Amino acid sequence: MDPEIPVLSITDLGILREVEVAENEITVNITPTYSGCPAMDAIQQDIRKILAKNGMERVKINQVLSPAWTSDWMSREGKEKLEAFGIAPPVVTAGCALALTGDDEPDHCPLCQSKNIELISRFGSTSCKALYRCLDCREPFDYFKCH
Amino acid sequence: MTPLISYIIHLADNALILGHRNSEWTGHGPILEQDIALSNIALDLIGQSRNLYQLAASRINVFSSRKESGAQEQHMLSGEKKLFTEDDIAYLRDSPEFKNAVLLEQTNGDWAKTILRQFYFSHFQLLQYGGLLNSREPMLAAIGEKSIKETRYHAKWSSEWICRLGDATTESHERMLNALNDLNPWVPELFAAADYEKSVTASGEGVDPATLYKPWLEEVNKILETATLLPYPAEKKAPVLSGKNGFHSEHLGYILTELQFLQRAYPGCEW
Repeated sequence: MDPEIPVLSITDLGILREVEVAENEITVNITPTYSGCPAMDAIQQDIRKILAKNGMERVKINQVLSPAWTSDWMSREGKEKLEAFGIAPPVVTAGCALALTGDDEPDHCPLCQSKNIELISRFGSTSCKALYRCLDCREPFDYFKCH
Repeated sequence: MTPLISYIIHLADNALILGHRNSEWTGHGPILEQDIALSNIALDLIGQSRNLYQLAASRINVFSSRKESGAQEQHMLSGEKKLFTEDDIAYLRDSPEFKNAVLLEQTNGDWAKTILRQFYFSHFQLLQYGGLLNSREPMLAAIGEKSIKETRYHAKWSSEWICRLGDATTESHERMLNALNDLNPWVPELFAAADYEKSVTASGEGVDPATLYKPWLEEVNKILETATLLPYPAEKKAPVLSGKNGFHSEHLGYILTELQFLQRAYPGCEW
């Protein structure tokens, strides 16, 4: 589970890339979302904990940098869970022009569905999120940036 | 130490020192959202430095296991041989061993100076990471691919602030002019290739910073003009100091005393 966004699993986010089960060792490949993401350490610890709880002690975790993580790897379920949790999910694919210039924007408030929203800051509570405000229900909300 | 290892450490030092400087604003930003923005940028930079230091450490370990004489790559404090980690490289070197560009260790000054430093460096990093995408060293290409996406945000954010400050009040405009005066002398070093940069350019593993000057100048001056500020003067100037070769301003020592205090006071301490 992502420690910052507890409704999402690391498979929902596309962080978990590969698991290899050998005779007495498990190799797990994960990809960090943002370079400095502090959740990656917590995620690695969680992986070890869960595997240890299920009797698997010999675990090797690799951080794979390439191909680079992209929000495109977020599953559709992941996006629905985000929305239900109150975070606007990424709106376009990361390769599209809007995302490349950082101009991708949500079009509605995930809490009240109003289209009357405004950007507060492109940098939100974590590197992956931007901060928006709904002008109808007056609640701030996070937007998961296309990356 | 091979030229490639020196180059990787130089890239990492750039990111770490600027990341550290930016983190000094945390809790002191002019408004909350910008405090968070700059802290996020600092975090991205420190993350990039971690990836680069990890790569450097793994290359050092390969390098020293191959050396027949054995004795050279020793643990920097105790002299005992062990595998290097990212932490050794970041926390156990002194100023003359750091290879960051001197621009990045300058004091934060006011918001205008910090913004200008970020603006200059992010546009430089965009071009540098862009070049690294073609590096013959696949891990550098991977780090370039990962880092360039974040760097686009840094460049955009700082460019918008240049316009906001340059083209606003008399005071903000004047502060920007002062920032230009303060930082412009430190810029030439970014584009002056150190010997290890020349080596890795020849081997196809790195990027010659001199080739980045023209595109950088064009982009930067376009924005400075929009912001009604003075353009960065195009005539080539010699660098004042060569931080890339370990010749730093007086500021780096103070940065390292804060950055490295814990590891120096309690060697080997871990979370």
